[in-house]
Order: sequence, then structure tokens, then C-alpha cells
Amino acid sequence: MRSVILLILGAAVAYTLYANFSKDKIHKVEMGKEAPDFVLVDMDGETHRLSDYKGQGVFLNFWGTWCKPCEKEMPYINNQYKQFKDQGVQTIAVNISESKLVVNKFLERHDLEFPVVIDKDRQVENAYGIGPLPATFLIDPEGKVVKYHTGTLTEPMVREFMEQVKP
Amino acid sequence: MVSLSGNLLFASFLLYLVGTVVFAGSIKDKKGREKDHGPNKWAKIGVGITIAGFLSQLGYFITRWIAAGHAPVSNLFEFTTFFGMCLVGAFIVIYFIYKLPALGLFTLPVALLLIGYAAMFPRDISPLVPSLQSNWLHIHVTTAALGQAILAISFVAGLIYLIKAIDHTKSSKESNWLEAVLFGVVCTVGFIVISSIFSFSGYKSEFHWVDNNDVEANVEFHLPALVGPHEGEHLTPEKFSPLVEAPGIIDAKKLNTVIWSLMTGVILYLLFRLIFRKRIAQVLQPLTKRANLDLVDEIGYRSVLIGFPVFTLGALIFAMIWAQIAWSRFWGWDPKEVWALITWLFYAAYLHLRLSKGWHGKKSAWLGVIGFLIIMFNLIVVNLVIAGLHSYAGS
Amino acid sequence: MKQVKCECGHVNPHGTVLCESCGRVLVEEEKKKKLVDMRYEGSARRSQTYNKTIIDKIWNFFSSVKVGVTLIIITLAASAIGTIFPQEMYIPTTEPASVYYESQYGVAGKLYYLLGFHNLYSSWWYLLLIASIGISLVICSLDRVVPLYRALKNQKVSRHEGFLKRQRLFGTSQVEELDSSYELVKEKLKKNRYNIREENGNILAEKGRFSRWGPYINHIGLIIFLAGGMLRFVPGMYVDELLWVREGETAVIPETDGEYYLENHQFILEVYDKDKDNEAFNNAIENSGMVAKNFQSDVTLYKKSAETVAGEEPILDKVQDYELRVNEPLKFENFALYQQSYKLDELNKMSFALTNKENNEEFGDLTIDLYNPQDEYDLGDGYKVEVMSYFPDFEFDENSEPVTKSRIPNNPAFIFKMITPDKPDGEVSFVAIKQTIEPFGDNEFKMAFKGVETKNVTALTVRKDLTLGVLAVGGFIFMVGVVQGAYWNHRRIWIRRVDGEVWVAGHTNKNWHGLKREISTIFDGTGINEPKDQSDESDKSIESNSKEE
Repeated sequence: MRSVILLILGAAVAYTLYANFSKDKIHKVEMGKEAPDFVLVDMDGETHRLSDYKGQGVFLNFWGTWCKPCEKEMPYINNQYKQFKDQGVQTIAVNISESKLVVNKFLERHDLEFPVVIDKDRQVENAYGIGPLPATFLIDPEGKVVKYHTGTLTEPMVREFMEQVKP
Repeated sequence: MVSLSGNLLFASFLLYLVGTVVFAGSIKDKKGREKDHGPNKWAKIGVGITIAGFLSQLGYFITRWIAAGHAPVSNLFEFTTFFGMCLVGAFIVIYFIYKLPALGLFTLPVALLLIGYAAMFPRDISPLVPSLQSNWLHIHVTTAALGQAILAISFVAGLIYLIKAIDHTKSSKESNWLEAVLFGVVCTVGFIVISSIFSFSGYKSEFHWVDNNDVEANVEFHLPALVGPHEGEHLTPEKFSPLVEAPGIIDAKKLNTVIWSLMTGVILYLLFRLIFRKRIAQVLQPLTKRANLDLVDEIGYRSVLIGFPVFTLGALIFAMIWAQIAWSRFWGWDPKEVWALITWLFYAAYLHLRLSKGWHGKKSAWLGVIGFLIIMFNLIVVNLVIAGLHSYAGS
Repeated sequence: MKQVKCECGHVNPHGTVLCESCGRVLVEEEKKKKLVDMRYEGSARRSQTYNKTIIDKIWNFFSSVKVGVTLIIITLAASAIGTIFPQEMYIPTTEPASVYYESQYGVAGKLYYLLGFHNLYSSWWYLLLIASIGISLVICSLDRVVPLYRALKNQKVSRHEGFLKRQRLFGTSQVEELDSSYELVKEKLKKNRYNIREENGNILAEKGRFSRWGPYINHIGLIIFLAGGMLRFVPGMYVDELLWVREGETAVIPETDGEYYLENHQFILEVYDKDKDNEAFNNAIENSGMVAKNFQSDVTLYKKSAETVAGEEPILDKVQDYELRVNEPLKFENFALYQQSYKLDELNKMSFALTNKENNEEFGDLTIDLYNPQDEYDLGDGYKVEVMSYFPDFEFDENSEPVTKSRIPNNPAFIFKMITPDKPDGEVSFVAIKQTIEPFGDNEFKMAFKGVETKNVTALTVRKDLTLGVLAVGGFIFMVGVVQGAYWNHRRIWIRRVDGEVWVAGHTNKNWHGLKREISTIFDGTGINEPKDQSDESDKSIESNSKEE
């Protein structure tokens, strides 16, 4: 009887401590779960619906022009995009609610080719529970989230990531 | 209405003062001693005057409430006077249970000091900032103050117990500590005396300084600045110039006030010793001669028993409900909240020690004294020094 | 398990000091004492009886009140340390904690930060302290409540002489008219709301027994409260988000799965006005300058009516209009929105006029929406302004390049190309607030600043807290228990006939003064003597002062 009570109490304390340590790591979008669908229009007027890319891997990047680390990884993504777009890996970069003008000037400046969409009313950002930028999600051909990464990426990392979701 | 309110408060102050003297008389009275039942005539007059004072202060409270449109418990002056009023109220109730005149003799001066202390702060009726505009202001603050006041009775009882039970003729750890507590009381008197003197004389000196966060400000001293602000520029050079400068993180004005209060306290204490040639506790001891130690101990315990649930309700539960409504979270580890929790934990420890370890008598009395020091710390230091979200209570 | 059989026939658990039934002293040492220890009715507590296995040891450790009080005192001291300097959540966001504490408080601040005191209340060791108090609460209560319940349930009316003799209140008397005295006492006991049990001409009068359960009930309340606190760590129980909404904007409310939207129509800040508000406030307003009177957001809550995918234009149904003020949160489902903060006069639009620098002649106005600037503004007659670059929150970076710090137009800057019939290739001008740079030499034209349009922004806390119900139940039970334990007393009076004498003993768990006064009125004029206080403390005080008795 007493052992059972002690065990319950011990388990409750252990869980609380564990939850307290891991509270910063809880994400809205869980690994292995279906990635929330979205529809956004890119700078060329083309519509991208995530669910349309079933069967392809998706490299989903969230960024802003004011974010220096985002700016740094953009060329790497662009290079790898060119490598992987024909291997079934789609790249979508979601800008967080900036103006078209600012985004366009940024794209011109860096000569970026991959599709960039603007999340004007921040619905997508909200659905994915984005914290600090840049944030990158990897979605496999079945539409499941396989990786969430925050912070700047190096070019080998970008390649490795895209490799990971190649169909 | 406002001036009527002020007069009523002043009247209650005077009545408490007279009440103290009458209670002292009730203990000195030789005739009353011979009769064996009930308190003597002086004690009855004493409690009558106390009730009159309480009613007068209640009048202050109500008229000020009408004038302001909200209960006068929204700044340090109002809260502290209300705390004093609750203390007197708690005393009256406990007096009718235990009929111990010595309790009046020691409670009323504490109430007087509280009101006197309160009067040193801005007495303007202040409008309520948005977070205070709630009926929970009345419910939370009044219940919390009442709980603290009932708990404070255990301090008074503890003081009586210790003054009576400790041998003050020779220096011992406990007699020194008790004297230190009484010296603290004298310093409070010192603060009131010195602030009143300079306030009547209208003393004012002004400094310009830049604080730690590079914010420029002018600060007005109402006591001669022994300590000036960090790299402050004296704008009133005809007045007393600072001897030293405070470091940037310290509020020079408050430090200066503390130094003045301590100095006045020391002078008053030395004067006392010079006149009586005895320790304060020793001089007070005869006043406690008729207090039954066992009864005093029980009063101390009883007031904690009565006060603890009231305090829990007012200072924790009502506080949490209101914090949830006003600040969106019931608990935020704000210093005032933390110190309410500390007070609560302390009295919880008191009850456990008394129940299971049998801490009666002196030990229990000391705990009563320490508990009150924690309450005072929360009222004074947390408001004036630590501040935080409850900082509006600091002006 | 060994058991102890008392002479009266009752079988007590091993370790019992006073027989649960008759109160006879079962332990030799206890017999030497003048008064018995009545704390837990002399019942056997598990923790004091066994001490063998590791389970026993852990159990015994936490069942000690000494350990409990020590934990309380440590928690108290630790909590106090956390108030020396502000906690990390209250420091300004302008500086990181690692810098802030040292820059504000010097070496002491640095130490405070390094020891982790800046986040004391969510540190693992503080949580462990609270958890230990919780464990102590459970075990202490279980260890005591069961034997106490047994002892109080089994108590017999006729108590053993040794038990009565060792009560704090005890007295004997020779009574002449025993029956009439008994009747009178019983009547008076009833009048004082005692429950009376009789057996062989002996009486047990008892009242307020339920107050003995007060401590255990309040401990249950506290345990529920702590459990509620733990629930917060369960995902989905608790939401704490900040939502900024500009006037005129509709934003999705975070954590509602995109179900709810909020439109901010207007943010209002009111201050007290000496002329309009209560005259009594005038002095205070004069002394402290501005005093805020109201923070209010006029909002409309919407719910999405049809399933749409994130990014699509949602179809919204209005739920309600609300004036959201401090102390008046907007509640919907399990959520509540609180007026938390605001920003007044955020830039929204800026107007310029294309102007000839020499003669100040203007060639048309343009108004730029800072959230959606156009690529070019055609002013007609061959006058045109192109926006070559836009920096909403402009600063120069380390390479002296203009960059933006954020996407909020706090400090907008533009690079314009002004195309005029005179200068068809255009003139380039860098225009920021109070600053114009002409990178390619002197221009003929300039963009003269005409004015701004601003908007207020409100910040609302989005809160969901499903633990509140549990906490409320815990708090309520605690209050019931603490009141029950503090405001009622368990009083017992035993009357027993022993060899032609009447023995009376009294016990209360607290407030002896009250019991003595009650006993004195009960036995007054009944012919039975009032029992006397046998405790040492009271002997002394009786000598020093008989008046209070």
C-alpha cells in the first residue's frame, strides 16, 4: 500500500520535473504528424497548396527580410533548390507578413529562384507555431513532418535536409 | 467631506493615545487589584475610549470612501491606516474574549505608530489606475489587512510574554534580541518625529541627477541630505550639502531617510536609557506584572488561529482570483505575492511547531514577533524598496 | 503484526501508548509522567513503529512533522532570495539577462544570475522543494489520520483511572446528592451543545470532534491545489500568448486552431482630467502628473464559419462586439483575452510631395501605405516616383548599409527615384525621418515630407487555463478544512464514579481558556467540584496572579 502511494507520488514529481525541463521544446506541430495544409500565392502569382505536393518532399522555410540569419541561408537554399527541384523536393519559403515591395526587392537583390510566398495575415505562421526565425520544416512525400529546425543553416545542412525528404 | 475625514482620523489618533494612558492606569491602579473578578474601572474606561477611537476611525474610512468613490485602501497611507484600524478592531474583539488590559496597553501604541507612520506618506486621495478599478480591490485588500491585523495581535501577545518572562537585569541573548526589537520600534518613532519636524519647518532641497538607466530626474529631499544622489547636482546650494554620495543603484533619498530615522532612534534610545537607567524592556516589565503568562500565550496562539484563515482568504485566495481577472494569471511571483506566501508559510510553520513540537511559551512568543516582522517587511520594504507590480502601493 | 491487548479487552495495534478504548496507559515510561500526551490520542503511528525497509525509511522521513516544517522553512528562505532582484520575466527586454543583472546590480547581480536565482521559481530545485512539501503533506496526513480515526471511534465512556488522573484538567469530589447533581450537570452539558454518552453511571461529554479532521481536510485541499499546479505542465492545459492587433486589423487568435479571429476597431487610452473627474483627485493628479484612467480596446470577435485552409481568406461570423478593458476580459470557450499593453501612434501612412528644391514648387502628393507600399506612384504630366527600396525599421548596419531591424514601420526609410520631365533618367534620394541623403550628388528635386497617419496597437494576452477549476476546488477545500480546524475545538469531559468519589477530567485540543470557562459554568452549583488545571505552566501563573483564573 505504502509502496504504491510512494510510487504514485514519485511518478508525479518525476513527470513534473521532466515537463518543466522540456517545456521549451514542445512544438505545436508534432514530428511524424500530418503537416498543416495551407494555400499561399507566390510572387509570380502562382498558388501553392501544400497538399498538392504529396508524393514530393517539401523544404518549408519561414523567414523575414529583417532577419540576418535568414538572409545568410537564402543563397544556400537557392543553390540546393536548383539541385533538388527535379528530384522531387519542392522548396517553399514563407515570408512573415511583409510587404510585396520589400520581398520583391529582397529577391532581386539576392537573385532567388525558388517560390516565395507571403503569409499576409500570419495564419500559416500561427498554424505552425513559429517562434524565432529562421525556422525550417521538412515534410516527407506522405505529407508528414519529419524535422523542425530553428536557426541558420549551412549549405551542407540544406543539402542533407533535402536529401532526407527526397522521394 | 475630505477635511471631515481627516479630522476624524486625527480624533481617533488622540483617542488611542488617551486609551493607552488609561490602560496604563488600569494596571497601576491598586484598588482594582484587590477585587478578584473582572477588569477594573480603568480598564473599562480604556476599552470604551478605544471603541470610541475605532468608531471615529471608521468614520474617517467611510467619509473618505464617499469622497473618493472607492474604499480608501489604494495607497500606502490609506492601507497602513486601515491596517491600524483593523488592529484596533481585532484587539477589541480579543479583549472581550480574554479581558486582558495589558493587551490594550501594548496594542494601541502599535496602532498609533502605524497611523503615525502612514501619515508621513502622501495623503492625497488618489484616483484608481485601471488595474485597481474592481470590487476585488475592496474585497482583497480589506480581508488581507484584517488577516494581518489579527495575526499582529500574536506579536503584541508575544511582546508582553517576553517582556514579562525574560530577566532583563542581566544581558542574555534573548533579552538583547528583545531590546533590539524595541529599538526598532523606537526607530519608527524616530522616523515619525524627524519627518514631522522637518515637514513642519517646510525644509526642501533639490538635486538633479542621472540614474542607472541614464534617465535624468530632479529629486526633492525633505530631510537635510546627508547622502546625496549619485553625481547629483545640488540645485539649492543654500541648503545642507551632502556629506557623501550614494552609489547609482541606491535611491539616495530613501537611504537618507533611513539614516535620519536611525540617528533619531539612537538619540531617543540613549535619552531613554539616560533618564531611566534601565533597558526599555525592563522599564516596561512592571506594566505586564498582572498578565497571566499562560493566558498571554493562549491569546498569541488563538490570534494566529483566527487570523490564519482570514489571511489565507484575503492575501492568497482573493488575491489569486483578482490577479486572474486583472493580470490574466493568478500567480506571477511578483515580490508582494511572494512575501504573502512567505508570511503564510511562516504561520503554517508556527502552527505545526506548536501542535506537534509543543512550542509553547517563549518560543511561541518569539515566533509571533518574527511573524509580525515579516508582515512589516512586506508592508514597508517590499513596497518602498523592492516594488514590482504592487508599486502603486508605494506612494 | 504484534498487537497489544488491554486489560479492558480491547485489542490495540502495536505501538499504541494509550488504549484506544479505555485510555489505560500501555507503555511503562508514559506512566511516570504527570500528564499524558494527548496529541494523537496516544495512538500507534505507523512511522514510529516500523523502521526496516527502504520504503519504511522514505515513509518515515516524510511522515515527520519536523521534516515538514524544515521543508517549509527552506522554501520560505528560498522564496525570499528570489525577491532580492527582479526575476527574469520582469526585467526590461532591452538587455539579455546575462548582461542586465551585472549592469544593474554589479557583482551581486552577476552572482545572482550565475546561481540561477533570476529564474528561481521555475528552477528544478524549487519545484523539488514544493513537490517534497506535497509528499510530506500526503504522508504526514495518512500516517496520522488513520490511527486518530481509530482512537476516536473506539473510545469508551468509562475511562481508566490512570488516564483521567493524567489529564490536564482533573478533579475529584465527594458528592452527597449524586443523582440530582448528575442530572443538573447533564442538563448543563446539553445546553452547551455537548453530545453525551453514558455507561454504568459514567459520562463522556464530547463536542466539536469534527474539528480534529480540519487539518487533514485542509491538507487534502492543498494536495489538490498542488496537483492542479502540476496539471499546467500537461500539454493543452495552458496557453499564454500575446496578440498584437493594429486598429482596423483582424488577426487570428493564436492557439485556437485558426478558429477565432479578432478585429481591433479602436484602442482608447484615457487619463484622469482635473476638470471632469472627482475634485478630490486634484491634488494627487497635480502631484503625480498623468494618471491613467482607462485602457480599452473596442474589438469584434469572429468565428470561422467554414473550413478553410490556412492562407485562404477565411469566412467569418461575428460572435460579439466587446469593449475590452483591464479587469474586464473577453471570454469565449475556454479562452480569455486580457488588455495587456498598447502602443500609441504607430506609423501607418506617410505623405510626401515631389518638390523643386529651388522654388519649392510642388508637382503632386503621394501617400505611402507603410504596410503595403507600391512600386511606383505616377503623379501625372510626366512626374513619377519609384520606390527603389523600403526599410520599415531602418538603421545602418556594421557595413553602413541601410537595413531594417523588423517589419514594423517604426522608422521608415525609402530610396526614391524621382522621374521628372527635366530629369527623365530620375534622381535618387534616400529619405528617412529627419534625414535626406543624395547619393549621386545634388538633386534638383526632393521628396518634401507632408505628414503621417498613425494607428494605435493593442496587445492582448490570450489565456487558456484548464487548471483553474482544480485549483478552485483545492482552495475551497483548504479553506473549509482550515476554518474547521481553527474555529472549532474538540472538547471532552469525562465524569466517572470511583469508590464513592466523582472524578472529572477535561481535555481540549486547543483553547484551554475557553474550556475552563465553560467547565466552570457547567459545574457551578452542581455540588461537583470544578476540575483544576494540573499543568506546570499554569501552576506558576496561578502563584503569580490568581485574578485571571
